[in-house]
Amino acid sequence: MSNRFRTVATALKSRLTALYRPPFWVDRARRYCYIWVVSVSLLAVVSLVPLTLMVLYVYDSSQKAITEENVLRILRITSNTRRTVTSFFEQRLKALRFTAQVENYSLLRQSGHLAEVLKNLKYGFGGIVDLGLIDASGIQVAYAGPFELEGKDYSGQGWFKRTLEQGAYVSDIFLGFRGVPHMIVAVRSTNEQGGDFVLRATLDMESLSEILHSLELSEHSVSFIINTDGIVQTPSRRYGEPLEKVCCMPVPEYSEHSQVFETGSEEARRLMVGYAYIANSPFILLLVKEKAEIMQNWYELRKNLITFFLGSFIVIFLVFYVIPTYIIQSLYEAEQTSAKSIHRLEETARLASLGRLAAGVAHEINNPLAIINEKAGLIKDLITFKAECKHDERLEGLIDSVLASVERCGAVTKQLLGFARHTEVSVTEFPIAKIIKDVLSFLEKEASYRNITLKLDIPEDLPPMVSDRGKLQQIFLNLINNAFQAVNDGGRIEIAAKPAENGRIGVSVSDNGCGISEENLQKIFDPFFSTKKGSGGTGLGLSITYGLVQRLGGDISVESELGRGTRFTVTLPTATEEVRDEGPTCG
Amino acid sequence: MSSQKQGYEGKPIRVLLVDDERQFVEALAERLQLRGFETLVAHDGPPALDLLEQDLVRLVVLDLRMPDMDGLEVLRRIKERWPETRVIIATGHGDEEERRKCMSLGAFAFLSKPLDIKELSGLLREAWSASS
Repeated sequence: MSNRFRTVATALKSRLTALYRPPFWVDRARRYCYIWVVSVSLLAVVSLVPLTLMVLYVYDSSQKAITEENVLRILRITSNTRRTVTSFFEQRLKALRFTAQVENYSLLRQSGHLAEVLKNLKYGFGGIVDLGLIDASGIQVAYAGPFELEGKDYSGQGWFKRTLEQGAYVSDIFLGFRGVPHMIVAVRSTNEQGGDFVLRATLDMESLSEILHSLELSEHSVSFIINTDGIVQTPSRRYGEPLEKVCCMPVPEYSEHSQVFETGSEEARRLMVGYAYIANSPFILLLVKEKAEIMQNWYELRKNLITFFLGSFIVIFLVFYVIPTYIIQSLYEAEQTSAKSIHRLEETARLASLGRLAAGVAHEINNPLAIINEKAGLIKDLITFKAECKHDERLEGLIDSVLASVERCGAVTKQLLGFARHTEVSVTEFPIAKIIKDVLSFLEKEASYRNITLKLDIPEDLPPMVSDRGKLQQIFLNLINNAFQAVNDGGRIEIAAKPAENGRIGVSVSDNGCGISEENLQKIFDPFFSTKKGSGGTGLGLSITYGLVQRLGGDISVESELGRGTRFTVTLPTATEEVRDEGPTCG
Repeated sequence: MSSQKQGYEGKPIRVLLVDDERQFVEALAERLQLRGFETLVAHDGPPALDLLEQDLVRLVVLDLRMPDMDGLEVLRRIKERWPETRVIIATGHGDEEERRKCMSLGAFAFLSKPLDIKELSGLLREAWSASS
């Protein structure tokens, strides 16, 4: 179980490693690197660029929409408030004007009557604290209200002069005689004698403040009034006390309609200010909201938008990285595998055609060789048997060497035919160890004579082979013989067998002999390739071995290091099918 | 040397050599004569069968590849008609399978060219004594 888990974990790990260090990248397979770079960047560009543009567009347009909506709302509230405040002043001015028109000047001078009028006005409109009647010389001739102001002289005061000039007047807030912030409205009228008089009313600041407070929808929005000089007129909470200069914002420029502007230096403390000039008065109505609060919706939206963007960005990038990497890696692997098998096919085909060529050559050579053999033999016979052909030792020597060469040629052609021959495979069951021991029994004498150490490592529990015994013997005889030729006296040869994948058995024959150079390693299975031509090697042993291994459905590989030794590994299926040759053989 | 040249009845051993390669077969015939054999030569299957028909010889050295009649066919016919005749196959391209075929058809021995003359004459003598 844990083994299986480990296998899965290893496979997964190698897959993941292949993703962040793709083998085609490590191997510098230029074509694949190029395809990879192009596809990953193209995919990233075509997906991430539109996503980014879309998100930027949505970001921008929602920000604009929300800002606009807020501006409109502020404008609407500001306009409504202006209307309310304007009518507050106008109503009181009209009431005062009406009173001045309808009431008799002399009647109004009686303080009892003025108190009656004040009572009626308070009842009808509210928001009026006191009433005063001032004659043309500026003396308050009658007064009704909570203060003792009768007889006061207003002739020096600005508002009195302005009232006389303009006919009506709404004042700023000021302290006046009573020492309390208040504001007045005043109208000019004419008495029975044709002289001017002024009717003045003090407005209740409370009711104005109440109107404004009722518009303050949250604790971050404040509405209040300043005058054109920037002096705060009604309570403003944090933007300055009444009669002080307004803080945190400039006095807005004159505009006929309601306007909105933004102010404040730090982003977190920015304010959105709606304002409106109130007609026929020195007042500016202000509606101040903290931007951070009214843009709350926007911040929420922006957070979601950014989260969505980053999330999709990462997911898209991962997908568009992983998929091409995986596909290109698979392609790369497939190409490598097919390159390998093509190489092997080529190798097999090459050896097969070489084999056919060799067999053809052998056939053609064999007959003339037989003739040479017989003719030379006849010459020798003549020298030996016929008296008239005198014994000539020199001639005899020459003939002997001709015959020896013929014999050697005959050995080569026989092996050549063996190399090309497709004989049938006949199958029996036997343990692999038996074959190797059989082969070693041929060589034991040589081993002990040359003091060669033979080490055998064949586990008892290997499955038995079902294969062609004779061919296996031939294979191992060739390999072990090769090893014997490679090692010096006193050398060491190891033969090991172990199970290989797919139910095959791998048998390796290693020696600590002279080794094979890189260059020769390529040609080692070629027919006639031999480094021992001088000492009687035909260069066919390994070619035949190769052919036999192929015939049995196996593989043969070789590793070697010059001066260190060589290892041949034969991997064979434990079961080989019986094969009969149908093709005709040359007779 | 005289014992080498004679069969049991004091007659030389007579051998029919069948091979289409004239140069080869003539040299071989002469060599065998030098070793005391009597030789007849045929260059193809049908003349060889004719010679056998005349009951001149009971020992044959036969090549397998010949233009008119395949050596195997010749062997089969010989064994059909004269089962006691000994046939030694001498071929240039023999392999295991052909050896098996020939032996199962009743060949006495199977040799590969180039031939070893000592081996051949030994076998011929062996075949002669086996047949008589």
